[in-house]
Amino acid sequence: MTLIDLANPTRFLALTARVLPWLVAATVILLTIGLYQSALAPDDYQQGATVKIMFIHVPNAWLSMFVWGVMSIASLGTLVWRHPLADVAAKAAAPIGAAFTFLALLTGSLWGRPMWGTYWEWDARLTSVLILFLMYLGLMALWRAVEDPSRAARAAAVLTLVGAINLPIIKFSVDWWNTLHQPASVMRMGGSTLDKSFLIPLLLMAIAFTLLFVTLQLAAMRNEILRRRVRSLQMMQASQRAA
Amino acid sequence: MTMSLGPYASFIVTSYAAAALVVMILIGWIVLDYRSQTERLRELDRSGVTRRSGRGATDTP
Repeated sequence: MTLIDLANPTRFLALTARVLPWLVAATVILLTIGLYQSALAPDDYQQGATVKIMFIHVPNAWLSMFVWGVMSIASLGTLVWRHPLADVAAKAAAPIGAAFTFLALLTGSLWGRPMWGTYWEWDARLTSVLILFLMYLGLMALWRAVEDPSRAARAAAVLTLVGAINLPIIKFSVDWWNTLHQPASVMRMGGSTLDKSFLIPLLLMAIAFTLLFVTLQLAAMRNEILRRRVRSLQMMQASQRAA
Repeated sequence: MTMSLGPYASFIVTSYAAAALVVMILIGWIVLDYRSQTERLRELDRSGVTRRSGRGATDTP
């Protein structure tokens, strides 16, 4: 099966049926290993055991931006290449991205209270991630507000691409402005500043959460294809009854 | 093996519990949505509505 074959929704459904069980198994195994390694990680000399929140907060924060990146590529697919599955991918990803962003905000808040003495601070990093979360919700509302899927897809694609401007702002906010949030410590020039005892569980959890996203995304895309099939069949049924 | 989470254990446990809950809700929503869509397709199939290709509503190649 070539990549172009996947443009056919029926072939995509067949592929999803074959791949999903393996993806579910791989996600469960990696999440189990990641959680076990996170539990074994030592306390930080400054933060104590609260450093364990990092293993859940950072993967969600990465994915909050990664999912918007995926949606941006899918939006280009909708507007430029008119790929039949591009808007299906973008629509399916929005609630998943919103959930990851919500978790990044919540776990960050729960990490911030004992470490910074506050649940929330209106600084650049926290505010820009909150804006990302609101954009996810706005996008989901837009999909529901416009009944015709192709019109909704074009409007959502434009909004997604405009919203992508927020991604570099989130990434570099800790460098550009004064903020309570720590600067990048994993993906930075000169390598990670994290000790291996923290870095390994963090990377395992990041890979596990990324696999979780891929699994949920494929399942949600399958649902969206079926929903559109239901819609077109119902329209066909209605026109048959009218004739 | 016992794991001591120190004085901020409630923050750590709440973080992991919230993540588990949100992921479970996400999985539950996707599974229920799949069941709902396949059931609607079966109903359409039963009522004799077929795709233009002539395949049944729930058929895959």
